[in-house]
Amino acid sequence: MAFSSVEGLLAAARTRPIWEAVLEDDCTDRGVDRKRSLAQMSALWAAMAPPVAEYDPAARSHSGLIGGAGALLEGEGPGLCPPFLRQVMAAALKTGECNACMKRIVAAPTAGSSGVLPAVLIPLQARDSLKDEQMVEALYVAAGFGQVIATRASISGAEGGCQAEVGSASAMAAAALVHLMGGTGEQMAHACALALANTLGLVCDPVAGLVEVPCVTRNVMGAMNALSCAELALSGVQSAIPCDEVIDAMRSVGEALPASLRETGGGGLAATPTGRRIAEGM
Amino acid sequence: MNIFDIMGPIMVGPSSSHTAGAARIGYMTRRLLGSQPVKAELLLHGSFAATGAGHGTDKALAAGLLGMRPDDPRLPRSFELAAQAGMELTLGKTVLRGAHPNTVLLRVEDGKGKRLEVVASSLGGGRVKVCSIDGLDASFTGELPTLIIRNEDRPGMVAEVSAILSRRRVNIAAMQLYRNTRGGLAVMVIESDQPVWEAAVEELRACPGIQRVTCLTPEEE
Repeated sequence: MAFSSVEGLLAAARTRPIWEAVLEDDCTDRGVDRKRSLAQMSALWAAMAPPVAEYDPAARSHSGLIGGAGALLEGEGPGLCPPFLRQVMAAALKTGECNACMKRIVAAPTAGSSGVLPAVLIPLQARDSLKDEQMVEALYVAAGFGQVIATRASISGAEGGCQAEVGSASAMAAAALVHLMGGTGEQMAHACALALANTLGLVCDPVAGLVEVPCVTRNVMGAMNALSCAELALSGVQSAIPCDEVIDAMRSVGEALPASLRETGGGGLAATPTGRRIAEGM
Repeated sequence: MNIFDIMGPIMVGPSSSHTAGAARIGYMTRRLLGSQPVKAELLLHGSFAATGAGHGTDKALAAGLLGMRPDDPRLPRSFELAAQAGMELTLGKTVLRGAHPNTVLLRVEDGKGKRLEVVASSLGGGRVKVCSIDGLDASFTGELPTLIIRNEDRPGMVAEVSAILSRRRVNIAAMQLYRNTRGGLAVMVIESDQPVWEAAVEELRACPGIQRVTCLTPEEE
């Protein structure tokens, strides 16, 4: 049976790490053995690398709006952000751009938000020389929190707006980062809650209805938000509202969003004069 | 929802519903037809019609009909590959009453003239549902081993099918019955916990009153 509350997830993890609890639950839920579940998760981790490693700066999306941004974040830059943060931003852009250009990515939890997890995980693995096994553990943590979000709220932009896609990805990534930094289950829950709370109300307003603008750059925001919320939680900052209640709030906010702000391309940036002009030109 | 509905699938972008789901619908239609179509008409409804071109929905459907999975890097070139494979593609838009926004009507034909009409919806996250076959209502996702049996609508057919399955130790998870008119053509959709063995399928095919048996297994999907 899937986890339907973070409280339940933490309770199941009292005698073992959270990632183990999620893995064991998956084995029971789908009737597979550990080896098979681990092989599937490892395949997802392996597939997150190529969009960043094999990035093609010349590729352009169907509309021509997306492409080349990831290359601009390579190198030292203007000196505002340290190199590690630039690598995170570059990885988010590169994965998001690959997705828009019809290349292979891992939906995590969706294609539109596919850049968030790789953006924080890939540079961290390189910086701290983490093993692939640890990264796979982090993906189980992310999936466990994501499962609760999907069960209690939604991971679909059409249902809950961008908060359900990039917001969920950011919350999952924040929990995964706390795991990799050796934090506790409670800290993961606080990181997840803080990250989701920060993106509450984020609307899904894709220009011309395409997964391009503003989706690609919102992945950068999701990744940076995940890093800061993991940093907060690891430093002892707590979410005043428990994680499950933040997730429930995300659902209520999603239900309150008008249809024009839920992936219809009818409101927000899509409804600006420039957004409309782009849509008409397609 | 299991954790791999949250993490994954590995897919060609840009949209799990409009691209990966569409590729799965194409693939399921190919499996339901039993071979690669030589002719395919794809009619897009709702959001599929409105934003399908920008999301590669049409290319993904064609890729699925060619046997490609949602993560096949050749997916964006499917029109070209369809032409090379001798598959005649026709694309259009339609309005289907009461349908999910991401729905497509596919009319396909194989080399021997066998035709099939499928209506299917993409539900999000790459998950899909077949809503009708040859104008008869149906509802299945292909996530479980699924048998689609077309038979004459007469007494005893359900008993006969379930007897064969029980002898072969196939446990039925869900069963649906649809028909056009009383005594006409009927469709049974059976989802099972175990894969349906080839021998059981052969026995069903030999059964009087059964016109066509299609077996979908999730591994192949």
